Amino acid sequence: MVSAQTWTAGASPARAPAVQELRAILAGVPDPEIPAVSVIDLGIVRAIEAQRVVITPTYTGCPATLAIEQSIRAALDSAGLADVAIETALSPPWSTDWISDEGREKLRAYGIAPPPKGAAAASLKNETQAECPRCGSQNTEEISRFGSTPCKALWRCLACAEPFDRFKCH
Amino acid sequence: MHALATHALRLGDDALILGQRLSEWCGHAPALEIDLSLANIALDCVGQATHFLALAGALEGQGRDADRLAFHRDVMDFTNCLLVEQPNGDFAQTIARQFFFAHYQHLLFERMQAVQDERFAAIAAKAVKETAYHAKLAGEWVIRLGDGTEESRARMERGLDWMWRFTGELFAMDEIDSAAIDAGAGVDKAALHPLWDARIGAVLAEAGLAPPAPHRPVLGGRIGRHSEHLGHLISDMQFLQRAYPGATW
Repeated sequence: MVSAQTWTAGASPARAPAVQELRAILAGVPDPEIPAVSVIDLGIVRAIEAQRVVITPTYTGCPATLAIEQSIRAALDSAGLADVAIETALSPPWSTDWISDEGREKLRAYGIAPPPKGAAAASLKNETQAECPRCGSQNTEEISRFGSTPCKALWRCLACAEPFDRFKCH
Repeated sequence: MHALATHALRLGDDALILGQRLSEWCGHAPALEIDLSLANIALDCVGQATHFLALAGALEGQGRDADRLAFHRDVMDFTNCLLVEQPNGDFAQTIARQFFFAHYQHLLFERMQAVQDERFAAIAAKAVKETAYHAKLAGEWVIRLGDGTEESRARMERGLDWMWRFTGELFAMDEIDSAAIDAGAGVDKAALHPLWDARIGAVLAEAGLAPPAPHRPVLGGRIGRHSEHLGHLISDMQFLQRAYPGATW
C-alpha cells in the first residue's frame, strides 16, 4: 500500500477535499463480500468530514472489517487523499435499518433479499417473512439461520423453488 | 493488573476460548447448515474477543494488544470460565454448552449495554444482537434433539448433565466483579441467575427434558485454575506464535 509520505512527496501536496467529493469516492468502494453494494449503500460509513471518515463494523465477527478499511484507504490514496483519516466507531451499533433504499434495490437485483426497513428492532423476537428476490413471492421458508457470510441467512422460495440469501435483520 | 483490565480480560477470554472450541467443528458438523452456523458463531465470538482483549490491553497500559494477549499468555493466565473450555464431545454436548453460555451471555450483554462506561457498553450493544441469534439457535437444537429419537434425547441429556456443573461459575461474583460494578462497567451477575434459570427452564420444558439435578458449582477459571483441556486448546491455538514468536504476514 502507498504510504502517506510517498504520496505527498511524489504527487500534489495534501489538500482538503470537499465532503461531496469524499462521498463520491466512498460510493465507489464496494463491500468485499457483497460487491453489488458500496460501503455507503450499506451504511458502514457513519460520518464524513473534510479530513476524517468514520466507519463502523456491521457484525462483531465480520472478517471483512479489515478489508473494508483497506479498500477505503486504497480508494482515498488513489484520489490523492492520503491524509484523510479513517476511524472506527462501535457505538451506536450498526443496524440493517441504515442500509439505504438504493442499497436495498441493489441487493435485490443481486439476488439477496434485503431486510425490510424498520425491521431491525423486531428482529430479536421473530423474523419477518422474506420476499423472494427472483419472483417476489412471500411464500418462502428459512433453511438455515446462518449462511455464507455472517450477515446472511439461507432461504428457499416455495413458489419458484429457488434458494436465495437473505440479508439478516440486525 | 488493574481490576477493570481483568474484567475486560475475562470477557475477552470467554469469547476467545469458546470461539476456538466452536471452530473445531468447521468441516465436521452433522449437516452443512449447522456447520455454517457454528463457524459463524465462532466468528462472532472471536470478534467479541478482539474488542474486549484490545480494551483489556489498553486498560492495562503495558502495550499488549489483542493478539499479544491471545497468543502470548500461558494457560494459567487465562481467565475464561470453565464451561467454554470443555471439549466439544458429541454434537449434543456442544449444543448443551452453547445453550447454557449463549443465554448467559445474552442476559449479560443486555445489562452491560446500559452501563456507564461507554467502552464496555459499546461492545455489549454491538454483540447483544448476535448473542440473541446464538441463544435462539442453540435452544432450537435442544428442542430438536430432546424431542427427537431415543438416541438424540439420551445424548442431549448426557450433554446437559455434563455441562451443568460449570454453569454456577457464570454467575459467581468476586472482588473484580464488584470493582467493575463500582466503576460503572460491570453487571450484577448473581442477579442474572434466576432469569437464566427461567429461560433455560422454558426451553427444556418445550424439549420435554427435566433440568439437571442441582450440582455444586465447579469454580476456578476466573483465577487461572483450569481443567486439563484448556492447555491442549491453547497449544493448538498458539502453535504458530510459539514456533515462530512474533511472526507476522
